[in-house]
Amino acid sequence: MAKKFMYVNRKPPYGTIYALESLEVVLIGAAFDQDVSLAFIGDGVYQLTKGQDTKAIGQKNFSPVYSALGDYEVTKIYIEKESLEERGLTLDDLQHLVWEDEDEDYAEKDSIRLVSRAELADVLDDQDVLLSF
Amino acid sequence: MAMLHTVNESPFETKTLESCIGLAKSGSTVLLIEDGVYAATANNSVADMIKNASGINFCVLGPDAQARGIEGKLADGIKVVDYAGFVDLVTEHDSVQAWL
Repeated sequence: MAKKFMYVNRKPPYGTIYALESLEVVLIGAAFDQDVSLAFIGDGVYQLTKGQDTKAIGQKNFSPVYSALGDYEVTKIYIEKESLEERGLTLDDLQHLVWEDEDEDYAEKDSIRLVSRAELADVLDDQDVLLSF
Repeated sequence: MAMLHTVNESPFETKTLESCIGLAKSGSTVLLIEDGVYAATANNSVADMIKNASGINFCVLGPDAQARGIEGKLADGIKVVDYAGFVDLVTEHDSVQAWL
């Protein structure tokens, strides 16, 4: 039986390697046919900001890779509402991530679920395995 | 003695920026670099801390802001500098304190 795997992302991109490492582990883990979710909490929400351009800092811009998650059947991406608000951000500042539902003629559906801290606590509580980055 | 302070950590993760502002005197400059640049975005929960730090000049390193997709979301009054501007700031100030 598939286990519920949650990847918890709490670090911003580029300053440390955590965000990129998490993304790589998610993509590798997607091959194992588990029930995968991602949570972006605190500064982790910055991983998904639009318009990242890393040319001048000489690092790889890995932000476009998030849009491929849907193709890997990673379709549940939880964003903590309070974390966005503390940072003066709204969902419009983040990438629009979608997946195609093959059971409904490949209808495009939103992957991002904006949840309150209390709601996210319940989602975390429901997981079998938590991987923290 | 005008000091240049650099802060490279997010204000939402550590109290580094708060410590820096607490010890920075009027006429000094705080340059936000790396994850420190997130402090410079408009309407965030630390915006008042920067706004109320009177007499301190706040700058942000442009390449780090661009990498993080926040260059268009900076608060008013924050100056953007490039790497050459960073060097200029170092030469224009008497000393540099890096808040690691």
